[in-house]
Amino acid sequence: MEDFLNRLKQKVEIREQIKQRDDLYFITIKKEQTELVLRYIKDNEKFKHLSFMQAVDYLDDSKFMLIYMLYSFSRKVSLGVSVFIDRKEAIMTSMHNIWPHLWQYQREIKEMYGIDFPSSPRVNEDFILESWDNMPPMRRDFDTLKYSEETYYQRPGRKTNDPKEYMRKKLYNDFVKTPKLRDDK
Amino acid sequence: MEKKDINEVEKQMNLANDGLSDKEKTLFSDARPQVVPPVHKIFENFRNWARAQSLWMLAFGTGCGAIELRPLMTSRYDMSRYGIAPRPSPRQSSVFIIGGYASLKTIKRIVRSYEQMQGPKFVIALGSCTINGGMYYDSYYTINRIDHYIPVDIYVTGCMPRPESLLAGFNKLKERIRAGRADGMNKYAENFDWYKKNQKRIIKDWNMPDYNW
Amino acid sequence: MDIWTKIFYAVISVVIATIYGLALGGVVRKIYARVHGRYGPPVWQPFIDIIKTHAKRVAVSHGIMFYLGPVFRFAGGLGTYLFIPVIFGSAVFANFSMAGDLLLVMYFIFFGQLGMALGAGEGGHPYSPLGIARGLSQMTTFEVPFALSVIALAIQYHTLNITAIVAAQQGSILNWTLFTNPFAVVAAMISMLGMNMHSPFSIVLAPQEIPIGPPIEMNSSFLATLQTNRGLFVAAKLILFMNLYFGGATNLVVMIVKTFLIYMFSVFVGAAFPRFRPEQAMRFFLKWPTIIGIISIIFVAYL
Repeated sequence: MEDFLNRLKQKVEIREQIKQRDDLYFITIKKEQTELVLRYIKDNEKFKHLSFMQAVDYLDDSKFMLIYMLYSFSRKVSLGVSVFIDRKEAIMTSMHNIWPHLWQYQREIKEMYGIDFPSSPRVNEDFILESWDNMPPMRRDFDTLKYSEETYYQRPGRKTNDPKEYMRKKLYNDFVKTPKLRDDK
Repeated sequence: MEKKDINEVEKQMNLANDGLSDKEKTLFSDARPQVVPPVHKIFENFRNWARAQSLWMLAFGTGCGAIELRPLMTSRYDMSRYGIAPRPSPRQSSVFIIGGYASLKTIKRIVRSYEQMQGPKFVIALGSCTINGGMYYDSYYTINRIDHYIPVDIYVTGCMPRPESLLAGFNKLKERIRAGRADGMNKYAENFDWYKKNQKRIIKDWNMPDYNW
Repeated sequence: MDIWTKIFYAVISVVIATIYGLALGGVVRKIYARVHGRYGPPVWQPFIDIIKTHAKRVAVSHGIMFYLGPVFRFAGGLGTYLFIPVIFGSAVFANFSMAGDLLLVMYFIFFGQLGMALGAGEGGHPYSPLGIARGLSQMTTFEVPFALSVIALAIQYHTLNITAIVAAQQGSILNWTLFTNPFAVVAAMISMLGMNMHSPFSIVLAPQEIPIGPPIEMNSSFLATLQTNRGLFVAAKLILFMNLYFGGATNLVVMIVKTFLIYMFSVFVGAAFPRFRPEQAMRFFLKWPTIIGIISIIFVAYL
């Protein structure tokens, strides 16, 4: 795997490289080189399978991260290829020529994040949200609580508790005082 | 006096069916739902007894709570001993179980299925999501109160309620039916405009008839 | 006997047969439940279901044929039943038996389904034509072994009158068609599996993938008529089989015991076997039962 990453580094610029586990790597590449890199990895480096594609909203940096999660059946390794795009003009090249089933993910991301993929098939159709006329709901500046209060009828008398305080009072007093969690080991 | 008459006239007016194309308008009825008063008391009591003993529920799992209906059919909980049976067609079923949260996409189908059921029809709302939104109270796509869109007879609280509590809910519904208080069908017909207003407020692409009889 | 007495007797007989058929359905549901390890619905559940469907306050109709569909179906069940002598030698349960009634009964078995097809087709639901197509094609195929078996009986007893066929089987248990012509009985019993629409041939109603098939749009009293007919029709078919193959009955108790056992055959097969697809069911009926039916004719005519 290290060999492969070194080989890739000689060809294109890799901005960030994280090894999460032995079978899980993440690399960050330049937006312009996405198609090139994905095609190269698929054709020459045995990452034939695209598990999923997802977007992350970095509101503070004013950026979207798109992540293509690849899997290699021969290496038994997952590789996340992430790309940062600008939040203001959220347009990304459609990759459905490489993995045809990407059109569905791109359609979902278009609906949920408002990132456009020109030339991707059926990208403008409704995927989950029927007749949505507001801002794409998964963007972080969309206030879902406010929208929900305005649109749907709230039942008055709803009480919210802080889970920790509530459970301390109710049940697990000893546990909350001296919690033994995973980081103890 | 005069004002009341105008209301009466308005109530008798046919539905607009605005969401349909001109071609489809002829295919659907534009009649409003009518209030059907119960018949003579003793006879109605007998009919209510029969209704309570034979509850056919619509096999339409509208949310995560539908998973609780499966154990009910198995030998452990065995709902059939109470005369409860699943029925695939809304035309023939009399109980509608709203299984947990209802998203906007589902509420459209819920309304359609509910209106296609033949009265008297009863609704059991399952889980806290149907009562006040539950853990989805701040979701952008999940409705908070189901009783603003269709009339509800029995709420079963919990997230998720166990099959036992669902059975208890069924038995409460039976008591209600026998007492003649489960009259959601007439309630829907009386407050038809209010329900439609609420439904149309959230369902923005209304492309079905106003009343799906 | 004047015609009014006869009609009065027929009404009594129809009511008893309907109640018996529905109770049989309830008992079978109970048996299924016990096999599953459940408590099961009460035996009178089918009656409550019928009262409840009648008690619906509104009903949706889709046109004249939609009204007539359940009526035709009920007429089919009634016609089947009314021409079968239920109890041999009883005036009350003789119904309108006459010469050649066997052919009429066979016609009526088919008639109900055809009428239902017209009615359910007008409902406009896409699943009902699907169910009807399956039902009619399956019906056409299971009629073949049944008809062959009836032809064998006609050759054997030189008559098409059910009363005469029952009369010929009286005396000893060895006079039953079951022992005098076993091939015809096997062919007919297999075709009865299709007729009762229990598990191996339940694709017509297909509760999972095409919800309950033809009657999907039927509601309120339409459905109640169909439910009533189901009780009557089951009773009529069982009594017909009892008369033709199992020596008939001389009193009500014998009738109930025999028909119950005949029905149990189809219930046991249904509880044990998974379902056929439509084309498998059709191939099945046109293969082994048909061959057995032909053998039964050869057996009677030449051996």
